[in-house]
This record gives sequence, structure tokens and C-alpha cells, in this order.
Amino acid sequence: MSARPTGTTPASQDELLAHFDGLIAAGETVEPRDWMPDGYRRMMIRQVAQHAHSEIIGMQPEGAWLTRAPSLYRKSVLIAKVQDEAGHGMYLYSAAETLGVDRAALLDALHQGQQRASATFNHPALTWADTGAIAWLTDGAAVINQAPLCRTSYGPYARAMRRVCQEEAFHVRQGYDLMRTLCEGTPEQKAMAQDAVDRWWLPAVALMFGPPDTEAGGADARAAALGAAVSRRAMAWGIKRHTNDELRQRFVDSCVPQAERLGLVLPDPAIRWNEERGHHDFTPVDWDLYRAALGEDTHWSRQRLAHRRAAHEDGAWVREASAAYAARFGADGPPPPPAPDPETASKAGAGPAAVEDVRGGAGERA
Amino acid sequence: MTTSTDQAPADEAARADAHLAVHLLRLGDDALVLGQRLCRWITRAPTIEEDMALSNIALDLIGHARTLLALSGEADGTGRTEDEFAFTRSDREFTNALLTELPCGDFAVTVARQLVYAHYAVLYYEALADRADLRLAAFGERAAKEVAFHRTHADNWALRLGLGTPESARRMQRGLEQVWPYAAELFDEDEVTRHVVAAGTAPSPAPLHPVWQRRVGEVVTRAGLTVPTPRWRAGGGRAGLHTEEFGPLIADMQSVHRQFPGGRW
Repeated sequence: MSARPTGTTPASQDELLAHFDGLIAAGETVEPRDWMPDGYRRMMIRQVAQHAHSEIIGMQPEGAWLTRAPSLYRKSVLIAKVQDEAGHGMYLYSAAETLGVDRAALLDALHQGQQRASATFNHPALTWADTGAIAWLTDGAAVINQAPLCRTSYGPYARAMRRVCQEEAFHVRQGYDLMRTLCEGTPEQKAMAQDAVDRWWLPAVALMFGPPDTEAGGADARAAALGAAVSRRAMAWGIKRHTNDELRQRFVDSCVPQAERLGLVLPDPAIRWNEERGHHDFTPVDWDLYRAALGEDTHWSRQRLAHRRAAHEDGAWVREASAAYAARFGADGPPPPPAPDPETASKAGAGPAAVEDVRGGAGERA
Repeated sequence: MTTSTDQAPADEAARADAHLAVHLLRLGDDALVLGQRLCRWITRAPTIEEDMALSNIALDLIGHARTLLALSGEADGTGRTEDEFAFTRSDREFTNALLTELPCGDFAVTVARQLVYAHYAVLYYEALADRADLRLAAFGERAAKEVAFHRTHADNWALRLGLGTPESARRMQRGLEQVWPYAAELFDEDEVTRHVVAAGTAPSPAPLHPVWQRRVGEVVTRAGLTVPTPRWRAGGGRAGLHTEEFGPLIADMQSVHRQFPGGRW
């Protein structure tokens, strides 16, 4: 698929734009070498980068429980999940790179607070059940949010999202399974599960879908107009396919029966089935609620960024070594050792061999 | 499994199994404790690729531990599960080599430990694939393939750090110095290993030591570094005599499991 206009003379801006619009209208993907409007490129970079940052920062709340997972099976599942998130970050940074920004620059922007991760992770994972609630609710929200992105107009992003969504759907099932096990366990385990849902419901329902962008969703007229304008632009370009509030409704509708099966209560007294609308009513996420959920500039928002920055700074010498090594040896590495010579071989092993002569007790000095 | 004489009483077979159970527990504890330590790197690695690589290695190690601990519970006749071993023993009952419980240190210390352990594990699991009963041999074959990747990962990083910058070379050498005294314990032979060797249920790690020395020596030399010649060596892990840092590791690992008695996970 190529958006390159045919013809031998340089195309005018208008022709390029017409060609680009034609591509979008035909439902074809925009590819990295295609011409695209600056606004499209900027909107795409912003969205992909924010998504990539969210995967990387999102590793932290669950990562904090890796060493404490209460069974080896759950430990394995959690390691694999956090690893998947790192992998999603990689696909997404790679997708962003095709738009002409490099990963190091994006990470710098994250570390310096110029770009942000989803505010969902400005909330702490306080108990083991939080790892289940995060996977069930926030990954569940992510799947609903991201499924339409598998058909987003920018090719590399859409292809990354197909892989991401498959794995996210698996995480949701794992999260649900974890919650089910807790709910079928002791009363204390079930209470832990309910407590986690009480704390993760709002971050999921509010923050995973973005601010309200329709009046029905709880925005006032002015905010709704602005939200609608942004959403319309993104939809016209095929970046977004649905409004935030539409997806939020879809999420609530999917969670209610699942929570019922688990025997857990979603912490929103306004949730009830609305026969007329064919949807569940719930407390609208208006701007006040949205802002309250953000948790910006709190202990946890600072902590997530500080953790990320520390890892980056502590690893600087490793990345420098890696770059110096690559510059010196290329992909092949250093030349292989000289032809095997039994003399040399035995000398190379002289160190540890000497150890054998001084075996003693525990940590004893010879 | 074979018994030495025709009239071998049942309790001799049981003893042979009890020794095998202890031996498997040691291998399983090595994998579990090292996997547990590596979890600390996840979200803290120098690059996202390393977050992924170290998670992968940790995941493999926890997988090895699960198989080995469960087999140990079968061998000792108690039927204890992997989780009973991991979450209900006291720290003094763990039998991992001290190498595996050392704190991660900086990335170079971690690479040095991985180098020591992965080269050993490849050799040992290959031997297990060769000289054990069917199930254990099948495990050895699979695990050997996995730890071979861990070995490649460690070799590559030892080279990159050794030949990267003066700073990385200094840190890598320091990492080697730090972990080297703990290597020998992996190859120790005692009553337990002698019994499993005699019963033909599992091989001893001791004969693998010279090959290990040659192989890691080659990597270290190729990385422009010096093979350490420590004046002491650590030991005691097999008898449950651990470092002071080990208690907190176990307390952390078991905290949720112990907080909810009777819980199923």
C-alpha cells in the first residue's frame, strides 16, 4: 500500500492532502514513507508515545508484587505479564520511531515530564489482589479501548496493536481467574479482592478512556464541544474510531455481569440496567470526577517517574558500554580466541582450580 | 532406578529416594532463589530489552524450580507440592547454594553471577539428561536448552562490559571478584551426591568443575578480564546455613502466602 501520488512533477500540498484523504476514506493504511499532514503525524506520535510510556510505567505496580506472588504458578504468570508489557513498550516505541522520533528522545521526554504515561498508574498497588484487579479492570479497559486501534489508520501502530491486543486479552482472563480464585477462597481473601476493586474501579473507568467527550458522558457543553472537536479530528483521520464515552459505556456493560459472577460489588451505586437505552447507567465521569481520579503530582505519580528515572540513570553506564562495544566490534563481537592451546586453556582455568585447594567450612577464610 | 542387590529391602530403595529428594531440592532451591533474586531487575534494567531478557530468564528458572520441587516431594514420599516447599519452609530449610541468594548488586554483579550459574547449569542439566531416570532426563534435556540461552546472554554481556568502556570493565572485574568465591559450592560433593551417584539416579556435579573452569575462563579472558583467584570460598547453603540477606528474601517471598492461612491461590 502506498500513498505516493503518481506523476513526475512534485505534487502540490493540495494534491498530497487530497491523496492522503483519499487513502483514509478508502480505509487503507498510512505507511511510514507516505506523505502525511503534520497534524496527523503530531497526533499519532503523541498517542503512540503515550501508549508506549503507559506500558513501561504500567509495569511498576504489578512488578512490585513479583517477589511476593503467593504461589509459583501465579509468580510465573505475573512475570510473563510484566514481560509482555515491556514487549508492548518495545513494539510501540518502534512504531513511534517510524514517525521520525527515536526511542531515546521519547524516553527523555517521559523522564523530564514533557510526555506522560496514563494516569491510571498514579495509583498504588497495595495488596496482592491489586494485581488481579489491575489485570481484570485496567487491562480489560485497555482491550476495549485498543481493539478498534487494530484498525487505526497508521499501519505500524495498527500492526503493533494487533499483537498487543491479543496479549492484553489473555491478561484480562488471567486477572479474572486470579480474582475468581480469591473470591472462592477464605473470607479474608475475598475481602482483599473487594478492596482492590473498590480502589481500581475509578482509575479504570475514568482514566483508561480519557476525559469525557460528550454531554451524555458528563462533560459540560463547552468541554463536550472541545472534546468532540478533538475526537472528530482523530476520527476523521481514522486514528480513533469511537468517542471516549462510547468506549467507557462498552466497558461498564462488560464488567457488570463479570463482577456479578465473581460476587463482587462495583463501587458505583448508580450502576443499574437501563432497559430503554439497552445499557447500564453509571455515575458519569464528569471533569470533576476525572480530575479527582488523575492523582497528578501525588506521591505515586512522583514515585513512578522516580523509579523509571532511577532505572534509566543506573543503567547509563551499561548502555554506554554497549554502544562503545558495538562501535568497536560491530555485530560480530571481538575476534575469537586464538587456536586452542592446551597450555593456555589450563592457565585460563588456574584461578578457580586454586579454589578447590582451599575448601573449608561456611565462608571460612583459608 | 536400580537397586544393588536382589534382596535389597524396600527401605533401601526408600533411602535412595530420600537422597534423591534432597538432591532435587537443592537444584530446585538454586533455581527458585536465583529466579526470585532476578525478579528485582524487572522494571529496573538498563534497557527495555534487558527487562525482557531478565524476565525471561527468571521465568525459566521459576519453571525449573516448580518441576524440581514437585519431583522432590514425590521422591521423599511426602507428596509435598512445589508451593509447600517454596512457601512453608523456614529459611534454614532452604538448601540453595549461597551464590544464588547474593543480592543482585549492580548489573555487572548480576552478569557475573549469571555467567557462573548458567555455565554450571548447562553442564549439570546436560549430565542429568544423560544419566537419570526417564522423567528427570527429560527435564534435564529441556532445562539444558533453556539455560544455554541464559549462558549466551551472560557470555555476551560479559564481553560487552569487559570490552565496552573502562568503567564497565572495572565494574565487570569487580563483579567477577565478588561472586567467584561462591562458585565452588555448586560443584561440591557430599553424602547426598555420593548416594545418588551410587544409586544411578542423578550425576554428581563435581566432575564437571574442570570443564566449567575452562569454559568460563575462556569467556573471561576473551572479555579482556582476569579470572579471579579468591583466597576463600563460600559454603554452607546445602546445610541451610545462609547469608544474613537470605532471611528478608524468604520473608518477602512468603509474606502473602503466610498472611492468609488456608488460602488457595
